[in-house]
Amino acid sequence: MIATEWLWGFAGGLMIGLAAALFLLINGRIMGASGILGGLIDRTGWATAAERGAFVAGLALLPFLLVQTALPGADTRLTDNPAVIVAAGLLVGVGTRLANGCTSGHGVCGISRLSLRGIVATVFYLLAGGMAVLAFRHLLGVI
Amino acid sequence: MARLVFAFLSGGLFGAGLLVSGMTDTTRVQGWLDVFGDWDPTLAFVLGGAILPMAVAWQVAARRRTALLGSALPERPDPRLGHNLVLGSVLFGMGWGLAGLCPGPAMASLGWGGWGGVLFLAAMAAGMFLAPGVRARVDRLAAA
Repeated sequence: MIATEWLWGFAGGLMIGLAAALFLLINGRIMGASGILGGLIDRTGWATAAERGAFVAGLALLPFLLVQTALPGADTRLTDNPAVIVAAGLLVGVGTRLANGCTSGHGVCGISRLSLRGIVATVFYLLAGGMAVLAFRHLLGVI
Repeated sequence: MARLVFAFLSGGLFGAGLLVSGMTDTTRVQGWLDVFGDWDPTLAFVLGGAILPMAVAWQVAARRRTALLGSALPERPDPRLGHNLVLGSVLFGMGWGLAGLCPGPAMASLGWGGWGGVLFLAAMAAGMFLAPGVRARVDRLAAA
């Protein structure tokens, strides 16, 4: 049996991959969310700031427009524990910049070109994510 | 100007895909990571769907010298793995599991994520700001 969520997941995944393909073949850039934002924050990507800003603007605005019109009812269902939110945000920010990539850069763009770095990074963040959910949900009951 | 338009459109399509696929729902991401609980395999379909067009794009890129707007295609990064790749991925994975958000969905859901989404994005930005200092310390420790 194939659940409807899986089909939506696959369709959305195709859109994500198409976005990455367009950004590579038209702009000549890797679609990595942490690299695009991180280069603006630590100024290492200052030379391409406008292009990065335009990408981030589209990333934040178009889904918001969809939620306001065709696809209402979206909910991130994020925890309401501010300590967990801050800790998680700091870990994601530091970790993705140390590793030079996240789920989009290492995961989508790296694995699709069979990059060993992308595959190794993905194995480690999947394992660490699984361990975090095991530890903080099932052992400690924090999330 | 064309660069900015296509960057905006790529970002928008990326965000729309994250919304449609359910990846802006933190419980779906945590469900994928929750192997010992109520496991949700959706994320595998998302990643599989995303890799297909991108694998074709890399094949096209290998036959071209430049991107369509004229700039050079990105070179292959240094293939060495290194401690920062592993340590960074472990830290990122821990944060990803804790909140169920990674950088793309954190930005895509900003419009409806409430104060929690804004707080996550601020903490993530702070982490990115601190990362070069952390990297310098880690490199000094690794060299010692």
